[in-house]
Amino acid sequence: MISLSYFLVFAAALFCIGLYGAMARKNSVAILMGIELMLNAVVINLIAFWRFRTPEVITGQAFAVIVFAVAAAEVAVGLALFIAIYRQRQTIAADEIDLLKW
Amino acid sequence: MSDPVNFIAEWLKSLMANIGLPTGVVVVIITLIGIVVMATFLLVMDIGLVWFERKMVARFQDRLGPNRVGPFGLIQPIADIIKLLIKEDIMPQGADKFIFNIAPIFALATVLLLWAVIPFAPTILGSDINVAVLYIVAIGAVGTLGIIMAGWASNNKYALLGAFRTVAQMVAYEVPIVIALLVPVILARSMGMQAIVEAQSPWYIFVIPLAAFILFVASIAEIGRTPFDINEAESEIVAGYHIEYTGMKFGLFYAGELLHALTVSAIIATLFLGGWRGPFVDQVPILGVFYLFLKSFLIYYVIMWVRYSFPRIRIDQMLGFSWKFLTPLALILLIVVAILSKVLEGVSPPIFALAMLAANLIIIGVTVTVLRVYARVERKRVGEERPLAVVPDPELQQLIQQE
Amino acid sequence: MTVLHVIFLVTAVVTLGAAVMVVTARNLIHSALWLILSLFGVAVIYGLLSAAFFAVVQVVIYIGAIAILMIFAIMLTRRVKQDVGSIVNKGWWLAGLLALVLFTALVWLFSTWSGFRTPLPELATDVDTIKVLGAALVSPSHYVLPFEVASVLLLAALIGAVVVAWERKS
Repeated sequence: MISLSYFLVFAAALFCIGLYGAMARKNSVAILMGIELMLNAVVINLIAFWRFRTPEVITGQAFAVIVFAVAAAEVAVGLALFIAIYRQRQTIAADEIDLLKW
Repeated sequence: MSDPVNFIAEWLKSLMANIGLPTGVVVVIITLIGIVVMATFLLVMDIGLVWFERKMVARFQDRLGPNRVGPFGLIQPIADIIKLLIKEDIMPQGADKFIFNIAPIFALATVLLLWAVIPFAPTILGSDINVAVLYIVAIGAVGTLGIIMAGWASNNKYALLGAFRTVAQMVAYEVPIVIALLVPVILARSMGMQAIVEAQSPWYIFVIPLAAFILFVASIAEIGRTPFDINEAESEIVAGYHIEYTGMKFGLFYAGELLHALTVSAIIATLFLGGWRGPFVDQVPILGVFYLFLKSFLIYYVIMWVRYSFPRIRIDQMLGFSWKFLTPLALILLIVVAILSKVLEGVSPPIFALAMLAANLIIIGVTVTVLRVYARVERKRVGEERPLAVVPDPELQQLIQQE
Repeated sequence: MTVLHVIFLVTAVVTLGAAVMVVTARNLIHSALWLILSLFGVAVIYGLLSAAFFAVVQVVIYIGAIAILMIFAIMLTRRVKQDVGSIVNKGWWLAGLLALVLFTALVWLFSTWSGFRTPLPELATDVDTIKVLGAALVSPSHYVLPFEVASVLLLAALIGAVVVAWERKS
């Protein structure tokens, strides 16, 4: 019988893999990919809790919709920033963009 | 025997239950058999589409088309397939092997996935999910992925350029498609395709023709056919994103494009022309399949007609057309339909349909007027002088007058 | 071992495997394609959780828009030198350790909670969750305010992204 534990452990694993990606990678777009994995894990958690604990109240799903919208907005602005940074510095490796203007 | 598909499915299920398989496994096996049968049926129909296309283009261009290989050239597509299969399979140097091989599979697979939600008959449907319209949008969005993979993996500047243009075009036309798909959803109060077909007492093309038009035009642009085929324009960027593909891989792209055209025709037929609705469909459900394909081929014929009648549109004109014309028009239509549908909620269906039709015609009239005024202003601004057929030189004019 | 179990296990293995490939692939385009596979896996998980709307929205937004945007950004910010050299920064072992510790801590914390092994409840079959969700998102007594704020946020992100990435021809 599928219980909530399966989905919570799965979401925790996905979150931690995303966390490793966001913290360890050099390329900024790779960091953003790690952040996307983390956001997906969060939404899986929300939907799993909705399904298992309170399926009659729609709050979990509404919360998840808002998280989707925020994730999309964040990726759009983040990638626009990366393109602008690349134009200035010719690099988007996170450890090479460590000085403000000189 | 009026519903052979379900009859056979029930018989197979009872056969397997008698062997002693658990119900979960039986359902999975029946689903897999259904998928294989539908995919085979569609791919065989795809072969027929190749023949149909070539015969039609020939007739439009006042010639006969293939008529040597088999009666009326019916075996011609088989000959084409054999030719594609025996061609050399070239992989460009520096290409990403795995992605290069997967991209054509993606292009064809995403088209086949769309048929899962199209209702063939009142009782024959791949999967009756209640978010079917959104599923169509989703698969359309995934289709752009196959194109990027093809363009990127070819290790070729022109392929990449073609892929970028194609994706820009597809993303630009996805927005009017989504909005135009929402209009029948509002009228039918459900996103499920079967529910939309069942709610069409007058066919929706007579109630919301403008939405049908927007969906039609945007779909032609989405599948990348002329007049929106800047991506494979032979005279411009030499076949665009599938320039490096030979043999059967190119065959998959080509077949995928034709099947995609039939698929969007089927979607328009389901949403606006009543899908499987027709006389005697309640007693003999299998007739629904026939009606659906009749209507789909009608729209496919119109798509081909448009293809062989219009010249190609430039990429900036095409993107401008989507963002500056189709998207605002679709949004205005959506708002008007939503408001009207709420205001006229309890009204009897014929008056409701007539009111919607009137609103659509008003919007069309206003749009055409705005376009004419805009065109006149543009012409005045650009200041073209209409050339007069007069001899400009006065001496020469006198000479002519003397004669 | 019901069919649901099998589907969940296969999907979970594929998704987590693809996620690991996302964070360890050297070629960024491969990384993006593995991300697309793991997003597909997450969409299947939503389907298992009877949230069909979210499965489809996941494909539309994440795969159809965000992943494609990422691929475009990768293609526009390529430096050939990037494919040589280390793809992780100096403290990568610490990041890995932290991720592992966090995972263990989360699982241990959850397992001490009484509701950890809640079984799957039955959904009411006459309720159309799409209608309820739609009504909740625009109803003043429910979630219209977050909905409207999210749309303003999206508008701001749209304008902001265009302005930030605009090429200044000076």
